[in-house]
Order: sequence, then structure tokens, then C-alpha cells
Amino acid sequence: MTALHSQAPAGETGGEYAFAYLDEQTKRMIRRGLLKAVAIPGYQVPFGGREMPLPYGWGTGGMQVTAAILGGDDVLKVIDQGADDTTNAVSIRRFFSRTAGVATTTRTPEATVIQTRHRVPETPLSNDQILVFQVPIPEPLRFIEPAETETRTMHALRDYGIMHVKLYEDIATFGHIATAYAYPVTVDDRYVMDPSPIPKFDNPKLDMNPALMLFGAGREKRLYAVPPYTRVVSLDFEDHPFAVQRWTECCAVCGSRDSFLDELIVDDAGTKRFVCSDTDYCRQRQQETGQ
Amino acid sequence: MNAAQPLSQAHVEVDAPLLQVSGLTRLYGPDTGCQDVSFELYPGEVLGIVGESGSGKSTLLGLLSGRCPPDRGSVAYRDHHGQWLDLYSASEAERRTLLRTEWGFVEQHARDGLRMGVSAGANIGERLMAQGVRHYGRLREAGLEWLRQVEIDPARIDDVPSTFSGGMQQRLQIARNLVSGPRLVFMDEPTGGLDVSVQARLLDLLRGLVRELNLAVVIVTHDLAVARLLADRLMVMRRSRVVETGLTDQVLDDPQHAYTQLLVSSVLQP
Repeated sequence: MTALHSQAPAGETGGEYAFAYLDEQTKRMIRRGLLKAVAIPGYQVPFGGREMPLPYGWGTGGMQVTAAILGGDDVLKVIDQGADDTTNAVSIRRFFSRTAGVATTTRTPEATVIQTRHRVPETPLSNDQILVFQVPIPEPLRFIEPAETETRTMHALRDYGIMHVKLYEDIATFGHIATAYAYPVTVDDRYVMDPSPIPKFDNPKLDMNPALMLFGAGREKRLYAVPPYTRVVSLDFEDHPFAVQRWTECCAVCGSRDSFLDELIVDDAGTKRFVCSDTDYCRQRQQETGQ
Repeated sequence: MNAAQPLSQAHVEVDAPLLQVSGLTRLYGPDTGCQDVSFELYPGEVLGIVGESGSGKSTLLGLLSGRCPPDRGSVAYRDHHGQWLDLYSASEAERRTLLRTEWGFVEQHARDGLRMGVSAGANIGERLMAQGVRHYGRLREAGLEWLRQVEIDPARIDDVPSTFSGGMQQRLQIARNLVSGPRLVFMDEPTGGLDVSVQARLLDLLRGLVRELNLAVVIVTHDLAVARLLADRLMVMRRSRVVETGLTDQVLDDPQHAYTQLLVSSVLQP
């Protein structure tokens, strides 16, 4: 593996793996799918998903998208639940630094490609960045309508009344819309999309975001995309408008009041502390306040 | 029968048919399915389709309601703007819109017509949400109102249909269909599989709603008592063909076709 470590395209060097693990034809196929996905925002494009050297559910979809779009001079950041140092993030980052030899970073502004699971970084993204989401279940209609043939027809005919049935059930059961993650959105006034299991706290960040956002579902073999500066609207009711989570506490480390907080139990007595889920954002703020 | 309605309105409504069916044919084999069915249905009219098992009743209902395309023939529907729409040359989107706004379909088994995983309120509200109602309070109100209309305790609005009895499920299905104010409702043996007392209650309710809302109904049944109670007009089917049509009382009291005579005489008298 060390032979691969610092090399650019393996095709040129005769390495054991192609650049970024997948062979060129596969990457081309995925890129064609991505072009279609970008052309029809929110539409799920089927693609020939490949076996990746990690189990489904660990980010195989996101990895295939990343592999397809990665170039030799890209800088990659991988986060899992907002953190750069969790097992999944560390192994995917190392995987690409080995098989593609690309530079990696944990700093959001320096990255050109960010693969993520569960979060959109707190630091605003720019229009030369690409955000790649790992998606477990791409079909937002599935929980109400299990038949795939039927959900596809519903997408085609824009027959989305059923999405509100789910929200109605939430209000009827809990008194408010209790869906806290994978909160359905309408993209570009057309397709209803599952924004992958990000907290609904991150939904407003998708709206008119300057970065390109690509979604890959490995098990279900679907790609979809939100192009830069696209309208993304969260579904709601007139008398129960969409609202994001708020915390009464601030981050125990950096004192942030506007970031998504994780609740941690820190001792056996059940003492709770809240810290930023986005580790890079938290570190940036610590540095700023430290100076 | 609609004495309470202003006469002038009734006249305008009755002037033109709601549904025009001509030469409708769908065959699965020789004389299996249904063939050469033509009729007109007027607003507020209840048409009963009776016949033995396998005579093509349900096939005909499927053809009429846009569920399966016919081999030959056409179904034309006059919408509330007075425009004629040919069901099978219309786009699927138009057909679907029709099916969830101006039409209703009451399935024989309530489980097929209901979403069993969501509450009664959500079941009733689904059509309204599909039509773009985005106000929870109003959906809720409609849910409570329709539960009352079909004689289900409004306190059960948040219960899922699987906790309801068979009769209640069937009534919930009816409410779910009527909430959008349809003009035409298809019913496939709505009282099949219910016990006799529940059947009587459901029929009573249906009869009231049909008269009150001036619904046109096509009802498939093999129960002549149901047909007698609900239908204005009857079509008797046998081996994929309509063998006799006429006013319900006329067909049942003075059957002309040999098969109809057999059917009528085979009803057990208690």
C-alpha cells in the first residue's frame, strides 16, 4: 500500500489500484449520472453501484460519488456527525489519501470536496466547494408508500399530498412536527427530496447554498443533487410552520449559541454538557477567542 | 326523491349525463371479462350492477374507474366545468386528479382503500392534502366533521384503522372518499363481508349520504337486497355481457331475461 501512498493516477504509475479506487469506466458512469442529477435538481438517478471495501450503511454511496469527482489537486475533508475524528470519517479520509493520494484537511474553508454523514458544516460554504452526502434511504415517500413503482409515478406526476400525511401524523401524535432529521424538502419547486439524515437544523443551509451538493445512496444505487443557488424549501403546514431546533444552553467549549449541539453525559452522576457537533467550527471559534 | 332541492338546479344538473360509456370491452378470454357495455349515468343517479361471480362486474368497474384500459370502447366523463373528458385518452395525471377529487372508489375490503398505518384523521385528510390544503386546523376540522357524518365517535380521530371494527373501517373508507365532495363514486361490494346488522346500518348511512350529497354511484353487488335498497337502475350481467337493464323495481319485480328470473327467484325468503 505504501507504493500507492503519494501517487497521482495509478494508471500512469502502474499501481495496484486505479486512482481513487474505482476504475475509470465506473467513475465515468457515475459522473454521467451526476450530470443528469444536477440537470434535474432533486430527481433520483439510478446508477450501477459497485461493491466498496466497506459495508453498506457506512458511506458506500458517498464514497463512490467522491471517487468519481475527485481530482489530483483536490483537498478532501470527511465528517461523520459533524466530527472529523470519528471512526468512519478517519477511515474514509485515509482510504482516499491512500488510493488517490489527495491532500486531506479537517478545516472546512480549505477543503474542495467534503464528504459528510448527518451534517452540513456550520462554516458557510463557497461556490468552489462540493458537499457529498452519504444517503441511507433516498426515497422520501417510502415510509408512507412502500411500492417503488408507485413512488416513481408519484414523483413523475408531482403527486406529493402524501408527504403531508406524515407531517399530519406527527402533529396529531405529538402536537408539533416531530420529524427532527431527514426532514423532507421540495427542491426547485419540483421534486420532493430526502436531504439524507441531516438534522432539520441544517435544512435552511441547503437553500440557495453556493456549493454544489451531491447525494449518493450506495445500497439503493441512487444519485441526486442540489445545484448551487437552488431553492430548497422544507415542507410544513400554514398553521405549523417549519422551525429548527434551538438550545437553551451554549457550547461548553466555544460558547457558540447558533451551532448544532450534541448532548454529552460526562460523569456517572448524569451531568450533562452540550458541545458543538461540528468539531472544526468549534476549534475555529476557540482559536478566535483565544487570540 | 329530491323534493328538498330547488327544481331549477335539479333540472340543469339532470339535463346532461355525467358519464357516457359506449362499447366498453375488455376480455381475458372468450366471454370472460366484459364486452359491449354501453350506458349513460346522470348526476345523482345510482346504478347497480348485479350478476354472478365471474360475470364481469368488477372488470367493468375497473374499466369505468380508469384502473385498467379497455380493449375497445370509451368512457367519457363530464367534469364540473361541463367539459367532456375521455378517460383513456386523458393523461395519467388528469386521471389521477379526477380519481382523488371528483371521483371516489370504495373498495370491497376497507384495508385496500385505507392507509392502515396512519390515523383515521390522516386517512380522511389525505385527499384534501393532495389537493393542496396546507392548514392543519382545517384538516382536523374536516376529519372530525366526517367522522361524525359516518357515525364514528370523533374522539377516535387519532386511532389507526386497524383498531376499528370491520364496519367502522368501511365507514371510514367512505368518509375518506367523500371528503373531497366527489360527484361520482364507485363501490365494489361495499357491504360484502359485514354481518347483517352492520350491513343494514351501512346501507342506511349510504342511502342518506347519496341522497343528501346528490351523488352519482355505480355500485357492484351480488346482493339483490342491497341493489333494491340503493339503486335507481340495474344492469344484470352474465358471462361478460349485460343481459338486462332497467329501473330497479322493474327488473326485480318483472324480470324478462331467463337469467334475471333465475337470479331473482334464487333469493332466499326468510
